[in-house]
Amino acid sequence: MLKDKDRIFQNLYNDKGSDVISSQQRGDWVNTKEITEKGRDWIIEEIKTSQLRGRGGAGFPTGLKWSFAPKQVGSRPHYLVINGDESEPGTCKDRDILRFEPHKLIEGCLIASYAVQAHVCYIYIRGEYFVDGQKLQTAIDEAYEKKLIGKNAAGTGWDLDIYIHYGAGAYICGEETALLESIEGKKGQPRLKPPFPALIGLYGCPTIINNVETIAVVPTILRKSGKWFASLGREKNTGTKIFCISGNVNNPCNVEEEMSIPLKELIEVHAGGVIGGWDNLQAVIPGGSSMPLIPKKTCETLTMDFDSLVEQKSGLGTAGIVVINNDQDIIKCMARIARFYKHESCGQCTPCREGSGWMWRMLERMAKGEASRDEIEMLGDVTNQIAGHTICAFGEGSSWPVQGLLRHFKNEIKKRNKFDPIIRENKELPYLVDQHLLDKNA
Amino acid sequence: MSLRRPSKNQPEHFEFNSSSLNAANTIVSKYPKGKQQSAVMALLYIAQRQNDNWIPLAAMKYIGKFLNMPYIKVYEVATFYSMYNLAPVGKFFIQVCTTTPCMIRGANHLVEACKEKISENELELSKNKSCSWMEVECLGACVNAPMMQINDDYYEDLDKKKTLEILDKILNNEIPKPGSYRGRINNEPENNRKTLLDLKNA
Repeated sequence: MLKDKDRIFQNLYNDKGSDVISSQQRGDWVNTKEITEKGRDWIIEEIKTSQLRGRGGAGFPTGLKWSFAPKQVGSRPHYLVINGDESEPGTCKDRDILRFEPHKLIEGCLIASYAVQAHVCYIYIRGEYFVDGQKLQTAIDEAYEKKLIGKNAAGTGWDLDIYIHYGAGAYICGEETALLESIEGKKGQPRLKPPFPALIGLYGCPTIINNVETIAVVPTILRKSGKWFASLGREKNTGTKIFCISGNVNNPCNVEEEMSIPLKELIEVHAGGVIGGWDNLQAVIPGGSSMPLIPKKTCETLTMDFDSLVEQKSGLGTAGIVVINNDQDIIKCMARIARFYKHESCGQCTPCREGSGWMWRMLERMAKGEASRDEIEMLGDVTNQIAGHTICAFGEGSSWPVQGLLRHFKNEIKKRNKFDPIIRENKELPYLVDQHLLDKNA
Repeated sequence: MSLRRPSKNQPEHFEFNSSSLNAANTIVSKYPKGKQQSAVMALLYIAQRQNDNWIPLAAMKYIGKFLNMPYIKVYEVATFYSMYNLAPVGKFFIQVCTTTPCMIRGANHLVEACKEKISENELELSKNKSCSWMEVECLGACVNAPMMQINDDYYEDLDKKKTLEILDKILNNEIPKPGSYRGRINNEPENNRKTLLDLKNA
């Protein structure tokens, strides 16, 4: 288990209060000026040394992303945008940062803005987190009052304004280009990439977009050094991560742990074990609903980091762990996730808009045992028609959980869906002919 | 995608009252000059708050003029995002999360409670016209499942009995205390905390 002194989010459970004074006691805002005095290149190098990967789901190296920002500010200003549109089912880590560690986020915004030369930072928060957003706003107001942001922020000589922009209940706005569209006051429909936002982003200006957790860990990394962060976890999967453990466990919770921690330890030690005991475990969704599920036998030895989960044909995503035990109907669970994606598709690309509905309806029928055998193959075919054929990664996100179900629980679906309308004996019959059409007595 | 239709009964006229107007002007000043369209989402919220939790078409036309943008663009935004109510939903709007993490912890009991206390169907006003409910997608409080949102506040760690109690209060025009209904503190593992104990006990 990670030592308490290595935990970045000391106030994760709000033991000490989130105001600026108690945050300063925990070490925030202590020597921000000295950090920025070491220069942009040093900051970006240090983040590269730490091997910090983005915490929003894709796991893109943060230092590399920052280095894409143009070195010189041209005629167009630079922007920093923080993605707090946390809507992935199973994930609720950013909410705790917004309400309990807002000053880590604000200080991170200042340092990141300095590194990518932005004077304006927008924090995009999902509309449902209005109360948590108000807490962040209080913290921002405090920071302005203490001159930690604003003109000559925290004595660094850098001017920074931070604004909150609320979303309004669209999951797709967590996709970075959809988020930019949303800030521009349009429907949240993703843009084609390239051009990448680092060159043409918000209002057509260079924009760096990072997740809340990514930015909030930056000040601590720079204080304790990138080497310290890199010493936790393993190569390319370094540092600490907030894991959200929900579903059929005795004590669902958020906990900050070292990367590469065994899944079993997370569930057994922190979450108090699976309801009904470890043997009652059916499957685990390891990284928010869009990641394929992992069956029990893999869960025994699985370590939680980006690369080891990719080896298992899944992904760490946002590290929202949903534990599903044997009391649940796994097909129904996945059908509900498919309904989520059907509801949240933005409607821009046809494969996703139509396909997400198909997947939902087919899975609902499979859960009831009303599907035919051929439909199981057909469902796999539909997922392949969606994944990779859309503008944004929503296509993959919606079809991966279904593919995961087909990969690990095909037998379960087959067992339940025995209905077979095709006459097997007569091989030259065309594909999918209903029995009643061939009834000689009709 | 979800199908969203504006209400059949629309007021003729809408304009911001003075406090809404102040709030709207503050919001517009957050964005660069000439990019005032960015404020449309926040202004729709302001209109929704002012107009008893829903946005009439007149408000969209008003906001279009206010921000110097075409009405259709405002309409697009208002119909795209699911948190803008296009028809009356009552003073208390209850949203029950039923996505998988809540579902496997018994969100259907919360739905049953809503059906018993408020109305048989979603988005149907209760008998006293003060509230309505609907099933929504993940609200991002999965470790506190099952949960629901009433207007801005989250009510977490619920079961059917506690939901019925909350709904009784709402129907009596009281606002129940938000947060966990199992007495747990925020997102910590209940009675099983193993981390940051120095801070807790300090």
